[in-house]
Amino acid sequence: MLAHSLFFYFFSTITVFSAIMVTISRNTVYSVFFLILVFVSISILFIMIGAEFLGMIMLIVYVGAVAVLFLFVVMMLNITEQVGKKTSRKGIINNVSIGFVVGLIIFLELLVAIGGWKYKGDFISISSVNLTTDLTNTHALGNVLYTEYIHLFQISGMILLIAMIGAITLTFRKKENVKRQSYFEQIKRDKESAISLVDVESGKGVNLDD
Amino acid sequence: MIYLNTLFSEIYKIIFLLLPVLVSVALIVWLDRRVWAFVQKRKGPNVVGPFGLLQTLADALKYLFKEIIIPASANKVIFILAPIVTMTLALIAWAVIPFSQDMVLANINVGILYLFAVSSLSVYGIIMGGWASNSKYPFLGAIRSAAQMVSYEVSIGVIIVNVLLCVGSLNLNKIVLAQENVWFIFPLFPMFVIFFISALAETNRPPFDLPEAESELVAGYQTEYSGMMYAMFWLGEYANILLLCALGSILFLGGWLNPIDIYPFSLLPGVFWMIFKILILFVLFSLVKAIVPRYRFDQLMRLGWKIFLPISLIWVVITASFLFFLDMLPAGG
Repeated sequence: MLAHSLFFYFFSTITVFSAIMVTISRNTVYSVFFLILVFVSISILFIMIGAEFLGMIMLIVYVGAVAVLFLFVVMMLNITEQVGKKTSRKGIINNVSIGFVVGLIIFLELLVAIGGWKYKGDFISISSVNLTTDLTNTHALGNVLYTEYIHLFQISGMILLIAMIGAITLTFRKKENVKRQSYFEQIKRDKESAISLVDVESGKGVNLDD
Repeated sequence: MIYLNTLFSEIYKIIFLLLPVLVSVALIVWLDRRVWAFVQKRKGPNVVGPFGLLQTLADALKYLFKEIIIPASANKVIFILAPIVTMTLALIAWAVIPFSQDMVLANINVGILYLFAVSSLSVYGIIMGGWASNSKYPFLGAIRSAAQMVSYEVSIGVIIVNVLLCVGSLNLNKIVLAQENVWFIFPLFPMFVIFFISALAETNRPPFDLPEAESELVAGYQTEYSGMMYAMFWLGEYANILLLCALGSILFLGGWLNPIDIYPFSLLPGVFWMIFKILILFVLFSLVKAIVPRYRFDQLMRLGWKIFLPISLIWVVITASFLFFLDMLPAGG
């Protein structure tokens, strides 16, 4: 048990430290790397409480895909310009006031959530699922997700699909004057239509319609 | 005292896993160059040691004694971190690979997810190296590589789902044991082909080696690296290739199972068969390198998103309905 709690404090210290570093580091790329560190250590914490499926999915989805795209965007910024620039006093006041409001809302939400903890319904009594310990994590999750919560699951999938289609339609532009490769036309061409033998008179060029 | 004992026994196990992996990575580099040379009617490295077996060792020694040059405009911390990340991620994945029924360092419930997660993390080494070099070619190489790896991971994930539908477990040992009657390469042959090609793209191997296409990008993300740091990128890349070969042999070729369970075959231990299958896949990898010309980048993206992803998704539906309607769904566990 000692080793377990030692590991817990080790990883949670890393999590908290890097979460703070995400907000205070000057270099945006560093911020994203610290964010990745937060994701990784949270997934380790998940694994430590026995939710190994969630931990691995966290790694695959957040670190393997979401953070890569984050990094992509941030790396396109001109970092040297940002690091050198001193933030003006007015900017700080503006940011602080917005940050204060957001922080206050999150704090109140946490207060409600934690304060209402003892009034929460018993999960096992309200769902028909029986939680037995000999099932693996993945299996137990699947049992609940695809039976009890199938509609919520499908709806969240739909929302993601809509977001994806929206992003594509917003950024998609049909470009004119761009040569595109048409694979089928390329393969369909045969010798008769593609090659023609031309007798060229000396001193005169050839005119071919392209 | 108990803690110390477990600590030492774990370290002992880890060392006895890592040393063979590193040695085999060195040998596999030699094998790759030899196969490549034989296809092109050359001899390949054959001077250092018997058959040139120690060539990689000599190369590594050379890299070790070379000066490590860090460009003045590079971001030093991330520049140094990048090869370390690549190498570490390539090595930690071996923890869950079963070489036989009980020759596995960590027999975890979600082994296949762990492998998938680690292989999806390996893109970071490349992005970090490309960005921190603060130079055009490495950055272009890194961007290409990230786009390529993220896209092909999607189809690898869907292919893994196909196999998992037939197994009913995420444990690698159970995936191997589920193939006792028939290896999954037979019922899922199209998936094996797509997995093989996606693995080539995932490890930046030719014909998908666009991140380091020397005719366009010098050496891609490795351009600014020198000495031992370059060697670490290089070894990490080969360790990754070996890892995907191991994954392929576990998912489709029956892992450590022998091909037919009769007398001369059943005599050999599982480790032999596992290594044999990894080697066969690896020779295929290097043959492809020698035979196929490089893709263009838009063709690569088209292949990943418009061909492989739809086919593997449709195959998931086919597999699932086949198992469901014939009542062959495996019992979960």
